[in-house]
Amino acid sequence: MNSKAGSTFGSDGATDSSAARRNSKKPKYSKFTQQELPACKPLLTPGIVISTFALIGIIFIPIGLASLSASEHVVELVDRYDADCVPQHLRDDKLAFIQNSQTNKTCTRRLIVPKQMSSPIQVYYQLDNFYQNHRRYVKSRSDKQLKSKSSERETKTCEPEGTTGDGLAIVPCGLIAWSLFNDTYSFSANSKSLQVNKKDIAWQSDKKHKFGSDVYPKNFQSGGLIGGATLNASIPLSEQEDLIVWMRTAALPTFRKLYGRIEVDLEANEEITVVIQNNYNTYSFGGKKKLVLSTTSWIGGKNNFLGVAYLTVGGLCLFLAMGFILLYVFKPRTLGDPSYLSWNRNAAGYSN
Amino acid sequence: MKRIVYINDESCQDLYCDNRVSNRKYTLLNFLPKNLWEQFRRFMNQYFLLIACLQLWSLITPVNPASTWGPLIIIFAVSATKEAWDDYNRYLSDKQANEKEVWVVKNGVRKHIQAQDICVGNVVWLRENDEVPCDLVLIGTSEPQGTCYVETAALDGETDLKTRVIPPTCVGLDSEQLHRIKGVIECPNPDKDIRRFVANMRLFPPFIDNDICPLTINNTLLQSCYLRNTEWACGVAVYTGNETKLGMSRGIPEPKLTAMDAMIDKLTGAIFLFQIVVVVVLGFAGNVWKDTEARKQWYVKYPEEGPWYELLVIPLRFELLCSIMIPISIKVSLDLMKSLYAKFIDWDEDMFDAETKTPAHAANTAISEDLGQVEYILTDKTGTLTENRMIFKRCCINGIFFGNESGDALEDVELLNAVANNIPHVIRFLTVMTLCNTVIPIKSKSGAISYKAQSQDEDALVKAAAQLHMVLIGKNGNIIVEVFAEINFNGSILQYEVLDILEFTSDRKRMSMVVKDCQTGKIFLLSKGADEAIFPCSNSGQQIRTFMDAVEQYAQLGLRTLCLGWRELKEDEYIEWSHMFKEASSTLVDREWRLAEVCQRLEHDLEILGVTAIEDRLQDGVPETIEILRKAGINFWMLTGDKQSTAIQIALLCNFISSEPKGQLLFINGKTEDEVARSLERVLLTMRITTSEPKELAFVVDGWALEIILKQYKEAFTELAILSRTAICCRVTPSQKAQLVELLKSCDYRTLAIGDGGNDVRMIQQADIGVGISGREGLQAARAADYSIGKFRFLKRLILVHGRYSYNRTAFLSQYSFYKSLLICFIQIIFSFLSGISGTSLFNSVSLMAYNVFYTSIPVLTVVLDKDLSERTVMQHPQILIYCQAGRLLNPSTFAGWFGRSVYHAIVVFLITIHAYADEKSEMEELSMVALSGCIWLQAFVVTLEMNSFTILQILAIWGNFVAFYVINFIVSSIPSAGMYTIMFRLCTQPSYWITMVLIVALGMGPVLALRYFRYTYRPSAINILQQAERSRGPIYSLGMLESQLKSVEKDVASLSINQPKSRSSVYEPLLSDSPTATRRSIGPSAFDFFQSMPSRISSSYMRNCKDN
Repeated sequence: MNSKAGSTFGSDGATDSSAARRNSKKPKYSKFTQQELPACKPLLTPGIVISTFALIGIIFIPIGLASLSASEHVVELVDRYDADCVPQHLRDDKLAFIQNSQTNKTCTRRLIVPKQMSSPIQVYYQLDNFYQNHRRYVKSRSDKQLKSKSSERETKTCEPEGTTGDGLAIVPCGLIAWSLFNDTYSFSANSKSLQVNKKDIAWQSDKKHKFGSDVYPKNFQSGGLIGGATLNASIPLSEQEDLIVWMRTAALPTFRKLYGRIEVDLEANEEITVVIQNNYNTYSFGGKKKLVLSTTSWIGGKNNFLGVAYLTVGGLCLFLAMGFILLYVFKPRTLGDPSYLSWNRNAAGYSN
Repeated sequence: MKRIVYINDESCQDLYCDNRVSNRKYTLLNFLPKNLWEQFRRFMNQYFLLIACLQLWSLITPVNPASTWGPLIIIFAVSATKEAWDDYNRYLSDKQANEKEVWVVKNGVRKHIQAQDICVGNVVWLRENDEVPCDLVLIGTSEPQGTCYVETAALDGETDLKTRVIPPTCVGLDSEQLHRIKGVIECPNPDKDIRRFVANMRLFPPFIDNDICPLTINNTLLQSCYLRNTEWACGVAVYTGNETKLGMSRGIPEPKLTAMDAMIDKLTGAIFLFQIVVVVVLGFAGNVWKDTEARKQWYVKYPEEGPWYELLVIPLRFELLCSIMIPISIKVSLDLMKSLYAKFIDWDEDMFDAETKTPAHAANTAISEDLGQVEYILTDKTGTLTENRMIFKRCCINGIFFGNESGDALEDVELLNAVANNIPHVIRFLTVMTLCNTVIPIKSKSGAISYKAQSQDEDALVKAAAQLHMVLIGKNGNIIVEVFAEINFNGSILQYEVLDILEFTSDRKRMSMVVKDCQTGKIFLLSKGADEAIFPCSNSGQQIRTFMDAVEQYAQLGLRTLCLGWRELKEDEYIEWSHMFKEASSTLVDREWRLAEVCQRLEHDLEILGVTAIEDRLQDGVPETIEILRKAGINFWMLTGDKQSTAIQIALLCNFISSEPKGQLLFINGKTEDEVARSLERVLLTMRITTSEPKELAFVVDGWALEIILKQYKEAFTELAILSRTAICCRVTPSQKAQLVELLKSCDYRTLAIGDGGNDVRMIQQADIGVGISGREGLQAARAADYSIGKFRFLKRLILVHGRYSYNRTAFLSQYSFYKSLLICFIQIIFSFLSGISGTSLFNSVSLMAYNVFYTSIPVLTVVLDKDLSERTVMQHPQILIYCQAGRLLNPSTFAGWFGRSVYHAIVVFLITIHAYADEKSEMEELSMVALSGCIWLQAFVVTLEMNSFTILQILAIWGNFVAFYVINFIVSSIPSAGMYTIMFRLCTQPSYWITMVLIVALGMGPVLALRYFRYTYRPSAINILQQAERSRGPIYSLGMLESQLKSVEKDVASLSINQPKSRSSVYEPLLSDSPTATRRSIGPSAFDFFQSMPSRISSSYMRNCKDN
């Protein structure tokens, strides 16, 4: 019996310690752990929703009007020339015409300025149905090669225009550069030639950081098949602005690229003569070529989309706001009426 | 299948493993391959690996492979690190256990060796408070009676001390002999049953006779127990290392999959199929376009003859482009959220039981959402609904009722008088109460006696007897060897020798003891047990009518009854029986069954002495909890080992069932198969007819009938289970409990099993969710459970608050994850139509990766703080749980809503972008950044609109993320070598960029907002109504006026949900996510809509009636 005298003692000690252990298990209080952080609960009350829609409407309509008027103020002159610049007798086989290096590709167009255009006037060429975003095309370039002379041989990504037949690296390599647009335009108004400024048409950042000033064209367009324009081998890539503009690939199959700027004002009804060297082949895939003269505004070029969209959305919002107000007036609902609860309603059904 | 252990055999047996404990999953060498293998067993990971590998093929990859490899490696590294850390901690604790020094006899000398070097057959010496290093068979202790005490808390969670005894052959060996002991132990192969050990021991000469001596669990010291109150003990190692009982029962439980996970997997599968379709269609279109159009596009320079795999290139490109449809971040986000849900449960102060100082604990962190989807709760009674604090209240001795007036027999003057007058019946009754148990009395230094009991009932009986002056003062306990039970009765000490204990098993439902009165030398059989286990053994001449009445009467009051009986044994009868008993207890095969049979031979012709009634009070808040949860549409089944009348009484007390005329109980009973079948048929018929009446029906079935039913009439019973909201199953065994869970699960119901004792473990493990109450019966249930709580009343908070919030949050997070991935993917797909179906990616690699990993993942994680309704509102309107139960917030229809939204948003973003940035502005990098910004703007507003409550953290995350997007892109835009150098600066200086963004948001969110508002106001869901009510009237508005309505609702909900066989097919829901109109189960042809006019509802239920008749 004596031996058991200590038994309760021992077990008491054990329970004490375990109790102490348990005590410390009590969760510490904090608003986060108890999920009691103060929170606001915005509800979709008629007031908030209707005023939101009204507000959107009220804000959107002026913005829409402003963008629309900005876009309307832009004067744009578009001339599609790909069809008309093929001589009449060759129109049955345009492809043969364009691929024949012997034919005379000069073409003269007369354009009437619709409204007064103030300088600077942007000159764009527009290509339709031209997939600069095609995967095979868009990847076929070597940024490293364009940037520095030492990476001249980095043409792996440029296939199938990486090297010449002899294995010499092409600079600049790749399909994009190879297919450089090569139509040229010269403008004259009133038999006086209009100067087109082709400086600074590319992004400064591209000229400085993407295209090396010590990288010169090499072996370019020397293969069997000539793609597009040739490059002057004595000018570094950073100065080849047409190339730089072209290499900023477009995301959509219809795109405009800056050709240059006319830095004089054009009067309304003035006639401009454009002499086009129609070299670039869009005939094989039925692409269109357009020449675009355009002024700019704060919103960019002529584009009614934003203005119209804003007016439409603004109008719809006002309409919705009105509709909700009417609904609210004619069919008022008490918010949070428990008799709407489905279980309460069913109960009512039983008592009937 | 036996293991032969030679005691103290010097040649360390190589046959069995050494005592190196290893809980580690990995070793240093196999960690990487094994961990990767485990991770890649998941389908999603395989998918991502395949995608990542395909991306290494530069011909087809649309983006830099890093955009997939990066997140993939991060995700893998995170889970591998977690595994490694856990494993390292396991290694450390293993090492500590393995290198612990223990005393072991080697070559007859006691030596200090490391625990890991113990071999099977070694004799291990332990001192007081030592931890047992492996499973031992006890052969010697410091106590002359050969007993020792162990604490088994680490093994089964029971905190009381248990007595262990040395086998009879080893009694009397001194420590010198123990050093030289030789023998053989024949024991079964290692198993994990910590309650059973069936073995034999035979000692070699010169030790006594070579009698085979049976060993039971009482002769063992199991690993991880502690030796208490005993100076020393020694034992033979029989199981070592990972083969110990503890080691075998360890092991990773089967991971449970929540209904939600299953749904998410299903949706993932659907998206995968959709992706395949997109890939095939676009791949085909791409190849056609290539062969017709691209050949003409000379600048693309397609070669005339491509390689053999050329046809595959474009489909594979699209596969890669579309691979982001399945968001790589969803698994990580979900895991993160789930562990936070579990933490919230652990942290919850309102679920901290101050009385026992136990916090709630989520052992399984992965299944919180399931809590919100529970449909059936199967609950144990004792200790779960009740406190399991037994108090002796009444008794009936020899036909005289005591305690009926005062309600407490211990204060009944008549009983006290009877004791004082030594009325023989009463004395015998008290003797049985005092002796016939396994309680261990412990005398403290001050002389006060405390009792350690495994059974709360026995504890109550012994204490009550002590108050009636029959005090159990000591027990030098061994089962078979001579032991004295000393009873102090009115100042004189009576001594009894316990000869045999016929143990209690749940099958036998009674225990008996053979004792010898030391004064007179007479031998008695004392029995106590359940009425139906004792009455059949009664002396045929005795009138047991009054006792049966007493049992009935007590049960009506919800008291637990035990019947006591005794019989005097003749010397020779006992000796004859004793031989059989010894033989049976040393068998290795079916020992329990044979013992039961032998016991049966002795337990007959008992003289019934009386009936005891013990009160077990209901826990606080049980009726309220059950009422609330039933309102929430959860069906309750009570599974108890108690008798029918007690169970029904408790059920009435805790709102489980209603009394007539509101409720009706249907009994399924019968002794033979035919009776049971007829009874079942009758109940089923009644059930079918009355389902439409507003009446609460419950069926009651007992273990015997259940046995027959589960064997023969499973289908009919399944139908009954579906029809009935409430059931009481009494007298059920642990395995039947598990079978019932299985039955409900097979009907595709989400089940939650709650219990507190070892007999509930199987049911807890079987159920979708197991909840254990860390109660007085030890922690066994709590350990096996997914969640452990201190009291039953916390269950309502666990389900209604934690379960519901978890469900809502996961529903949003998972669908949103798909939405944002689909959004960007659809933009890519639309763009491909404008890029010659060639598989060009509009977005660059950095943007794609950051979009998935940062911009759209972090803000939405704060949904973990979102609360659609306050906790109080939910408690007041528990019916709202139906939204979670029915899976209304995440199902194919809501998902279709999100899918539609992503299509719509993709179209909005893309069309606005290409029109606003047309012609001279259509530069690739700029356009892609505009589209990406559009997605970011939209997603910030989508998250804002979909969240219900905003804490400071959410606001910070949503708008901070928005700012972060611009900051990150400004940084990237200022790196000259980056593809998007200067792009972001350019865009931000253009007014048209900002105008475009605002337009995208207005056009993208306007219709969503309008539709949502319309629904919110004119077709509100119950959640919406309560949200509005919370705001406008404060949460208390409804109590009075709703009270009566809610009452009647219950029945309605009942009739709604029990009527139909379960079909998970959700009804059509319109495009947006939270439609109020969908009901969960389609209810016949007409009763499909809550909004249908009342007449049609009534007619539909009328129709049902007709059909049933």
